Amino acid sequence: MQERIRKLRKQSVIAKPYISPERAILITKFYQSKIAKQVPVPVKRALAFKHLLENKKIRINDGELIVGERGSAPKETPTYPEICCHTLEDLDVLNSRKKIPYAVDERTMRVYRDKIIPFWKGRSIRDLIFDRMSDEWKSAFEAGVFTEFLEQRAPGHTVVDDKIYKKGLLDFKKDIAKSIESLDFVKDTEAGEKREELKGMEIAADAVIHYAERHAELAKGLAKKERNTKRRKELEKIASVCSCVPAHAPRDFWEALQCYWFIHLGVISELNPWDAFNPGRLDQHLYPFYTKDLEDGTLTKEQAKELLQAFWVKFNNQPAPPKVGVTAEESCTYTDFALINTGGVKADGSDGVNELSFLILDVVEEMRLTQPSSMVQISKKTPDRFLKRAVEIIKTGFGQPSVFNTDEIIQELLRQGKRIEDARNGGSSGCVETGAFGKESYILTGYFNLPKILEITLHNGEDPRIGKKIGLETGNPVKFGSFEELFAAFRKQLNHFVDIKVEGNNIIERLYAEHLPVPFLSILIDDCVTKGRDYNDGGARYNTNYIQGVGLGTTTDSLASLKYNVFDKRYITMKKMISLLKTNYDRQEPLRQRLLNKTPKYGNDDDYADSIMKDIFEAYFEAVDGRPNTKGGYYRINLLPTTVHIYFGKTVEATPDGRKTGEPLSEGVSPVQGADRKGPTAVIKSVAKIDHVKTGGTLLNQKFTPQLLADEIGMNKLAQLIRTYFKLDGHHIQFNVVSSGMLRDAQKHPERYRDLIVRVAGYSDYFVDLSVDLQNEIIKRTEHASF
Amino acid sequence: MAKQGISIDRKKCSLCGDCSRVCPSDALSIAGKQLSVKEVLEEIEKDRAFYEESGGGVTFSGGEPLLQPEFLNALLKECKVRAIHTTLDTCGFAQPEIIERIQSKVDVFLYDLKIMDDKKHRKYTGRSNELILRNLEKLAESARQIVISFPVIPSINDDEENVMETAKFVSSLRNVQQINLLPYHRAGIEKYKSLGKPYKLDGIRPPTSQGIKSVKERMEGFGIRVGIGGG
Repeated sequence: MQERIRKLRKQSVIAKPYISPERAILITKFYQSKIAKQVPVPVKRALAFKHLLENKKIRINDGELIVGERGSAPKETPTYPEICCHTLEDLDVLNSRKKIPYAVDERTMRVYRDKIIPFWKGRSIRDLIFDRMSDEWKSAFEAGVFTEFLEQRAPGHTVVDDKIYKKGLLDFKKDIAKSIESLDFVKDTEAGEKREELKGMEIAADAVIHYAERHAELAKGLAKKERNTKRRKELEKIASVCSCVPAHAPRDFWEALQCYWFIHLGVISELNPWDAFNPGRLDQHLYPFYTKDLEDGTLTKEQAKELLQAFWVKFNNQPAPPKVGVTAEESCTYTDFALINTGGVKADGSDGVNELSFLILDVVEEMRLTQPSSMVQISKKTPDRFLKRAVEIIKTGFGQPSVFNTDEIIQELLRQGKRIEDARNGGSSGCVETGAFGKESYILTGYFNLPKILEITLHNGEDPRIGKKIGLETGNPVKFGSFEELFAAFRKQLNHFVDIKVEGNNIIERLYAEHLPVPFLSILIDDCVTKGRDYNDGGARYNTNYIQGVGLGTTTDSLASLKYNVFDKRYITMKKMISLLKTNYDRQEPLRQRLLNKTPKYGNDDDYADSIMKDIFEAYFEAVDGRPNTKGGYYRINLLPTTVHIYFGKTVEATPDGRKTGEPLSEGVSPVQGADRKGPTAVIKSVAKIDHVKTGGTLLNQKFTPQLLADEIGMNKLAQLIRTYFKLDGHHIQFNVVSSGMLRDAQKHPERYRDLIVRVAGYSDYFVDLSVDLQNEIIKRTEHASF
Repeated sequence: MAKQGISIDRKKCSLCGDCSRVCPSDALSIAGKQLSVKEVLEEIEKDRAFYEESGGGVTFSGGEPLLQPEFLNALLKECKVRAIHTTLDTCGFAQPEIIERIQSKVDVFLYDLKIMDDKKHRKYTGRSNELILRNLEKLAESARQIVISFPVIPSINDDEENVMETAKFVSSLRNVQQINLLPYHRAGIEKYKSLGKPYKLDGIRPPTSQGIKSVKERMEGFGIRVGIGGG
């Protein structure tokens, strides 16, 4: 690693996240201006964006090659009061909480107290949402039946394709102008609205062009003062790059990276969309620039690597926007989920792996950063050499890259009705979510607590934790004569809560469409410009909503336990089982052990449990899939947890699988922690029984000790294990390669393990930053001693 | 229930298995169970996807699989019908007819050679090695793949003489691909404890990596490929 990169990396890693009130002040000031009150919403949003980018502090860090920060320094984190207006208590919590704190200084507190809170209280989207939700929705939300993704962060969950490398924003402006010209005010009743939206896009494009020019000016100024000739030349180059992109299409590798970075900053400054933003198929997008520059002799492989590394640091400088409450619990991390895709296939279906795919993996390995996250797409056409290179990095034990099945992703996208080229150009973003990059808005709307549904079913509609009826009366379970009756009640309850969730989503979707359009993001995603519609209002070519199922393993093992112990073997009565749950197995340890050890469990390639898993999966699929959203698209399911299985676990009392009150639920599609006892091949066989094609992504965690992958033979076995899972249509698999002894030691001596990165869910994080519960949970995830 | 917990009078054990059936935490368990050929095949078939991806297959090991020749033969036959790769892990102590009967259905033999000196062999295993060596010679005549497993147990079979004799013998055989050195380990101590049996090798330590290396080098001197571990 070059000295420059070492310094930039260090600066990024040691910087502590802190809140800057700058964005909140600028946005509030604009909203209070006269013009803000006179213009339609899309134009207002674009002007607010412009005001922000014109006035925010900018800076070029020492030694930087790729420039621009969302704040004005590494880890300086803005707030978005138009979405979530933090209270003084919120700021205090952010400042003082043990895990994932953001420092808040006195000045910020004062500004919030005097200016931000008085203006935004009752006006932020979060306030509007909670104001509009029904009592049923609120009860379910408070009980932990589901979470609401859009109460503190904006819809985003999207990835850009190759369009920004082919066209500059000035070209996009021409497209926008064309779209305005072709508006039909005679026949189209929405033509007026469309014109305002398109005008907003024009303003937003100009705002980002100007923002880049500010950086060009700054670089020029710095160059004049710079005494070191080499650095002066670099600054001059930076100035030249920033005056070209993103106004014009990039001409070389450096400009391509900087172009993406300005676009990225634009998207994450406009609002705080989930999953930040993401360059997606970076090896595909950059390859033409890379080969051309190499041929011209204007770039060496080493320089390309250095530029990529400089680019990596920029991601790591931007922590996720601060989250509080349930949202902080469901996504407890600084990571903001930008997931760089490598490998996969090209639009024509041929293998996409190129020299740059390997170079990017080198960068991932050397940088060892939590942000950006990285993944490899493996298709049946992918050369083994590429998979093995990925395994070599996985082996180093920081959870990256995660491994995805391209052929499966394509099947999923096709099932959802996408064009084949859009599917092949797609991939996964966030944790594991499938998307048609550059063409789709795929919104995660919230996690859904499947074990909680079973708990409510077992209490005839009541939440036993708070003793309140929040669901349907689906019958007294003691009177159920068969497992089928129990399952039918579970299904009814499930549909009921999905109804409530979707009803709430419909309202929330409209709130974003009306109050918070995103004209800048809309330029980047087809077909917002041609349709004249905002990204948040159905402008994208594909508009998908997800509800993310959580606790498939726990629900399966619980229902399997009921079927086995209550109905089939009649080992205990339903009445007794329910009383065991109520008393948290108090003084019933032998019985609990029996449920843990002598009852069929998901994850062991045992059809008794696995067929129940399939029934639950199908019930969830049928409850959600195909429902329309308000944007002309449809609901789909995926199965991933981030960190919500910890929070949901706290809301669910003891479960019939032997799990005690408050313990974490299973995560993703992984078996219950410790329930899989027949090794990874059995896990893979069980998990592959899920019809992954019917989802938009599933998450499977596996953990290995470093010893297992010590030699070539071990690494080959891991590669074969992955290939087999993918042959069986698995979607994704990721690995933690650590020993539990090391993790326990890290709990005792966090100071010695600051750099210990583990795979949590769809991302890696610093182990010592995790909550103790989550730390324990990761230690518990079955540690496989052999294949 | 005794003061210190559960105590077991093994003299009274009739292997009925009731204790393990009622033990909720699986602290008591019976290793192994009776299965039909069909049931074993179902289990084998579960991993077919992995065999096909990795070029792997089934390893029949033990105990000693040749002690159940009928059962083994039936399973091997079915595996061949299903085009599943087969490996047999054996100590070689079996009647020649038994080996003859199954050998065409076995793709790879993992064949143990422990001690060349017959007297010592009797001392440590309770049996002469004559039959074992004869079987191996014969097996090597028919063109099967054979890999020799040589457990390296310090002070018992890692002496110069035994290492040299083993290597000499192996190098004289056709069709032997490799010798794998299996370094003695003490993972079995706990198992003996749970079985209430005395562990007789208590004084013996696992070989050092230097010790393993020296055995490897001496054997390689005979032009044999030597691996370390089960591979």
